[in-house]
Amino acid sequence: MNHSLVNWFKFASPASFYPLAGRLIPYFAAVAMALLAAGLWIGLLVAPTDAQQGEGYRIIFVHVPVSWMSMFIYCVMAFWAALGLSFNTRLSGMMTSALAPTGALFAFLSLWTGALWGKPMWGAWWVWDARLTSQLILFFLYLGFIALQAAIDDPRRADKAGAILALVGVINVPIIYFSVQWWNTLHQGASVSMTKAPSMAHTMLLGMLLMALAFWAYTIAVALMRVRCIILERELTSEWVKKNAME
Amino acid sequence: MIRLLAPFRQSVRRDLLLAARHKTEIITALFFFVIVVNLLPLGIGPDPDLLRKIAPGALWIGALLATLLGLQRLFAPDHADGTLEQMALSPQSFTLLVAGKIMAHWLVAGLPVVLIAPLLGVQFDLSGRSLFILTLSLLLGTPILSLIGAVGAALTLGVRGGGALLSLLILPLYIPALIFGAGAVEADLAGIGPDGHLSLLAALLVVSTFFAPWVATVALRVALE
Repeated sequence: MNHSLVNWFKFASPASFYPLAGRLIPYFAAVAMALLAAGLWIGLLVAPTDAQQGEGYRIIFVHVPVSWMSMFIYCVMAFWAALGLSFNTRLSGMMTSALAPTGALFAFLSLWTGALWGKPMWGAWWVWDARLTSQLILFFLYLGFIALQAAIDDPRRADKAGAILALVGVINVPIIYFSVQWWNTLHQGASVSMTKAPSMAHTMLLGMLLMALAFWAYTIAVALMRVRCIILERELTSEWVKKNAME
Repeated sequence: MIRLLAPFRQSVRRDLLLAARHKTEIITALFFFVIVVNLLPLGIGPDPDLLRKIAPGALWIGALLATLLGLQRLFAPDHADGTLEQMALSPQSFTLLVAGKIMAHWLVAGLPVVLIAPLLGVQFDLSGRSLFILTLSLLLGTPILSLIGAVGAALTLGVRGGGALLSLLILPLYIPALIFGAGAVEADLAGIGPDGHLSLLAALLVVSTFFAPWVATVALRVALE
């Protein structure tokens, strides 16, 4: 009946996704390592020293990609959440919870590297800039998601509750961002502005792009590893897992 | 129309009646609000200029915490004695029944806070105009807190460590309401006028009135499965 080359719905079943994920992990891990090496090489050795910020600016090769990824992963989680709620697929919920720790890690790294960058550049570890504040709130949203899932024992309920929370969160993220921005402009003059960044050299952009792709591949590899663990945990009693464990 | 809203009215009346039988709960939440707001000057110092500046934020944060206090009991008692399941199974719209519960929660937890806010504002030496704007912002904003909070209460229903978890989930989502609510007074003092902030607050209220009861219902059905 299905004439397409790959039957995508086949892999919606944890039993058939498990081996596929296992086969994909090495490729994504290798791609991540290669891109990471290339990105770091360009970022640390090839890219020119910034005229205003000196060598310290090089932290953006980590900072900007992790910030992008932390926001992107939340959107991906919301995508899986919507898919899981509408089609009632078990794997979607597992993917959502597999992505959350990596997203939280990136949000934390974004805050941390931002603080390390801010101290020499602005003279402060933390300023109540709109982007910093909304990134912090994003980090809280990740923590809330993880805490909610951890608190519910029944995995199916945990998946659905987490999915609702992820969707509510993703609607709120733009509202929070704009409200924080308006709050910020009301409270203080633009003492610190990150939007007026000097025009960027092409090598810098290339370095950031490579690093972003490296983190992207890393996220996929790690999420697949985590989802394999989740599948094994949840399907512990099923036949195929027992057979798999025997092999 | 009236027939359509009957479950909503019944639900409000029932919850108000229940609240009237446990008056101490309302009074405890209200005094919690009063005490939290009054602790701030004790922690920060009695300088009137400073107090005038922090007053909107202080009252708003007090309102957030006071709302959280009652939220844990929004669905939990009905869940414990099985009423909630009967509501979900009843032929009447579950969403309207939930909306009624949220409305009752606001009447019990939010409205008293709004009514006592001018009195506390006087303690912070706010002018008459600022008091009016602050009260108006709380009037528009506290229903948002009940509405969004209901989603969190539904998600954490019957979950281990529900109370602390509820705060973790809900407080980040309260930030826009806090910013526009407390910001209205400051915008007025800064000479921009409070209209923009109050309009945004009203917009948030409309959006959350539309979506929150529905999302809370979906979350409750998940919890009842």
